[in-house]
Amino acid sequence: MKRYNRQIRLKGFGMEAQKKLSASSVLVVGAGGLGVPVLQYLNAMGTGCLGIVDDDVVELSNLHRQVMYSEADVGKYKADCASRFLQARNSETTIEVIKERFDLSNGENLLHDYDLLIDATDNFQARYDINDCCVARGVPYVYAGLQGFEGQVSVFNHHSGITYRDVFPVPPSPLEIPDCNTNGVLGVLPGIIGNFQAMEAVKILCGLDGLLDGKLLLFDALQHTQRIIRLKKSAVKQALTKGDEIESVSSAAFRKLLKTNSNMKLIDVREPDEYEAGHIEGSRNIPLDTLQKSELDLATEATVYVICASGVRSARAVSFLQREKNMKAINVDGGMNKLKKYGMDT
Amino acid sequence: MEILLFGITREIIGQSSLNTEVLGTDKPTTVKDLLALIKERFPALKNLSSLSVAVNNDYASPETPLTENDEIALIPPVSGG
Repeated sequence: MKRYNRQIRLKGFGMEAQKKLSASSVLVVGAGGLGVPVLQYLNAMGTGCLGIVDDDVVELSNLHRQVMYSEADVGKYKADCASRFLQARNSETTIEVIKERFDLSNGENLLHDYDLLIDATDNFQARYDINDCCVARGVPYVYAGLQGFEGQVSVFNHHSGITYRDVFPVPPSPLEIPDCNTNGVLGVLPGIIGNFQAMEAVKILCGLDGLLDGKLLLFDALQHTQRIIRLKKSAVKQALTKGDEIESVSSAAFRKLLKTNSNMKLIDVREPDEYEAGHIEGSRNIPLDTLQKSELDLATEATVYVICASGVRSARAVSFLQREKNMKAINVDGGMNKLKKYGMDT
Repeated sequence: MEILLFGITREIIGQSSLNTEVLGTDKPTTVKDLLALIKERFPALKNLSSLSVAVNNDYASPETPLTENDEIALIPPVSGG
């Protein structure tokens, strides 16, 4: 604890907060522009465990803003380089390296042991997947995004229950809003905004005041203005929120149904390789993407059950089938993972 | 009333704020009205699937009423990181 002496001395922080920080675990998704400052400060300040989720390698064009990486790191996995860098500066931190892309197929499992997630990603798909997985697992997260000389920061899925989908209900199409690769980004901006995220993370983990829960911070680096928007829970039904908004069946009840209802219509929305590795007999494999895109003839009077690995993709599929196809669809809570956990063979 | 522009709306309109005077003589009375007027003037805004609006720093719905001294912010999602 000696190394944390200066912040333990700080009025309003102290030993109690330091202990909370040391006992906490944070999953940082994205080790790029935003992730680099978040990881460096959470590591230095004594966060107990840090998970680094990133499947990219370091490129020369990253170095102007991702200041943790060196020229020698070019071509190597960011998650590996980050882990080495961070351990050299604080050997007390437990670091989990996850060289995967966070999405609906692995998100809920990755979140399993973490108190908090940091959305340090750079694309909308990942942002919506993170939101939905955090909502499904009840994990709060710190959001940030950048454009031009501006940044946005907020804390979602915390006490106020406000989520990313309350603010931006409809995912933008890829061409609608440019990303940093197309539009460019000034090296220092993710440094500033990522440090705001680290600050919010510490507030949540240590119980400090002034959290951006239910508030959206808009930062303009040119004018040095900060504006805080008070958010509202959306009255509109969300595409995916907690269980009560879409019809679902518990894992236990579903297992009973499988035994009694031999005519059950079951759609498995996982990818073909996941399906091949084990599935429920009689189920039909239609990956979520295919289901949402195609004009598949699904019309049926019967109730359709939908399953995936953990219940997140299937919830999206159920929402889609109800809304777009006017079908009676029911989500299998916890998906294949939960069924397997309770000993069902597939 | 003044409209503050953020993210892609700033790029589309080419400035960081806008006064409703440029939208003509119609005085928008709700957020929905205002958005319709702005989109007519700057059609590229119609392509945005999510565009949040705040009135005096409070997240607003389409029905939120507007008065002359309100300060509006147009807040699109941003993806960069």
